[in-house]
Amino acid sequence: MTELNRLSIAAARDGLAKGDFSARELTQSCADAMAARGDLGAFITPTPERALEAADQADARRKSGDDAPLLGIPLGIKDLFCTEGVQTTAASKILQGFIPTYESSVTTNLLRDGAVFMGKLNLDEFAMGSSNTTSFYGNVVNPWQSTSKPDMELVPGGSSGGSASAVAARLCLGATGTDTGGSIRQPAAFCGITGLKPTYGRCSRWGIVAFASSLDQAGPMARSVEDCAILLGSMAGFDPKDTTSVDTPVPDYTAELGAGVKGLKIGLPREYRVDGMPAEIEQLWQQSAQWLRNQGAEVVEISLPHTHSALPAYYIVAPAEASSNLARYDGVRYGFRADAPDGLPEFASLEEMYATTRGEGFGPEVQRRIMIGAYVLSAGYYDAYYNKARRVRSLIARDFTHAFEQVDAILTPTTPSAAFGITEEPNGVEMYMNDVFTVPASMAGIPGISVPAGLSSDGLPLGVQLLGRPFDEVGLLRVAQALEDAAGFITTPQLMA
Amino acid sequence: MSITRETVEQAARLARLTIADEDKDRLAGELSAILGFVEQLDAIDTSEVDPLTSVVGATARMRTDAVTAGDEPERVLANAPDRVTDFYAVPKVVE
Repeated sequence: MTELNRLSIAAARDGLAKGDFSARELTQSCADAMAARGDLGAFITPTPERALEAADQADARRKSGDDAPLLGIPLGIKDLFCTEGVQTTAASKILQGFIPTYESSVTTNLLRDGAVFMGKLNLDEFAMGSSNTTSFYGNVVNPWQSTSKPDMELVPGGSSGGSASAVAARLCLGATGTDTGGSIRQPAAFCGITGLKPTYGRCSRWGIVAFASSLDQAGPMARSVEDCAILLGSMAGFDPKDTTSVDTPVPDYTAELGAGVKGLKIGLPREYRVDGMPAEIEQLWQQSAQWLRNQGAEVVEISLPHTHSALPAYYIVAPAEASSNLARYDGVRYGFRADAPDGLPEFASLEEMYATTRGEGFGPEVQRRIMIGAYVLSAGYYDAYYNKARRVRSLIARDFTHAFEQVDAILTPTTPSAAFGITEEPNGVEMYMNDVFTVPASMAGIPGISVPAGLSSDGLPLGVQLLGRPFDEVGLLRVAQALEDAAGFITTPQLMA
Repeated sequence: MSITRETVEQAARLARLTIADEDKDRLAGELSAILGFVEQLDAIDTSEVDPLTSVVGATARMRTDAVTAGDEPERVLANAPDRVTDFYAVPKVVE
């Protein structure tokens, strides 16, 4: 049996259930793929041996009559989820060597349902970035190559860049991601896969290294809408250990995948047409709307007036919460501790030990963001910045509430461009523009999914984003499936295993 | 909004970060750019709304006030850079 690593989760599940192949054979196929494509830098800590042991246990469970939904399915885990006994770094030097003594709630749910973990996936340091170039453990490479410059290494997007690259390159069947301002949807679009950010509160945040607690949300990344639905069914659920976890039942997310979009109303927000956006992004957006119209949906233009306030408000809220969350890294309880300065046997003060540890342990982007956060939260500025941003957030959320009184789902581009070169990446605020279409949904807490819908003129994948009502992932996935069916995106990346 | 070297030093002190002298001017420029970018929020009228506290309108849950975990010093201290018996140890500090 060859190329088992290229199967969808749905197909692999059927094959395992029928006994066409074993979990060990499937896992071995992914382990071989990972070894062959180590050059992508997708994994920080590959764990193929542990995975093969887990696969044997899955095969034994199946023999004894167990039919858990992910039994024997090989997944990659973003290295932001704490995994018991396996190093968890958040892609930062400051957590090098940290081996959690507990398992995050989301990965606990996946293990309960029989998943096999292939290892810990690379990301931007503390999930801060849109290109996966801020990891202490090296860049991740996008498995896609452009037709005009096939030798140029492209970014996979970020922060879940390792997840997107590994799934696109067929190193695992699916992966976990986390999304704070677009960290699932933007890399999914750049790598030609599907990524779902659920409603805030749907997946437990317990045991996930915190970035911005009012925005962080875990979600699935896979090669089809159906696979994302299957994964979300296992990842989601109420968790008393997360005070923002919502106590509502987990539905069957695959239930309405075939229901079509006839009679549904889809909104196109006029504010998502931004200056300098390539014509091909606009064309794909309109094409996607036409696909849904052809299947019986009604497409209407809507307005989300505060769209362009989302990004500046995000760059207050996220750094503010990050500066508070990252205060825990002080070199005392876990991770890296700096040595005393040149030749001195000890630090002059405990504070100097903290500051030196943090100065050496955090990379430049993280330092920039926690300084911004410390500044906007400091005395005299709290109201002007943080509370102002939270008020703007209320306006953004209200825009969506009004929109969903008129439409069932909202269709937008996922990103304003295709993947760019690792060496040609934009700087500072320009880089932040990558998330201009994904941040508003994060600020409002609503669910969003990116579906690959076509190729750029340079042969690179482009995604479109669908946004839905809070906790209506079932309805969102239904529209996403209709879009996937119409788009018929079957092109595969050049650097595939 | 223009951030000075002194403000960089102040923010670094609040964030408990040692910043190299040669990086301070660069950081002042970068922080100024970000704060300049977010300044556009001033033009938005927010007088009608309260700051958003929860995106899903959830209210805080009550739970029984009972011990659910603990008494596991080995698991808690497993990743300590330095420890003495069941305590975290920090470097000796000279005043």
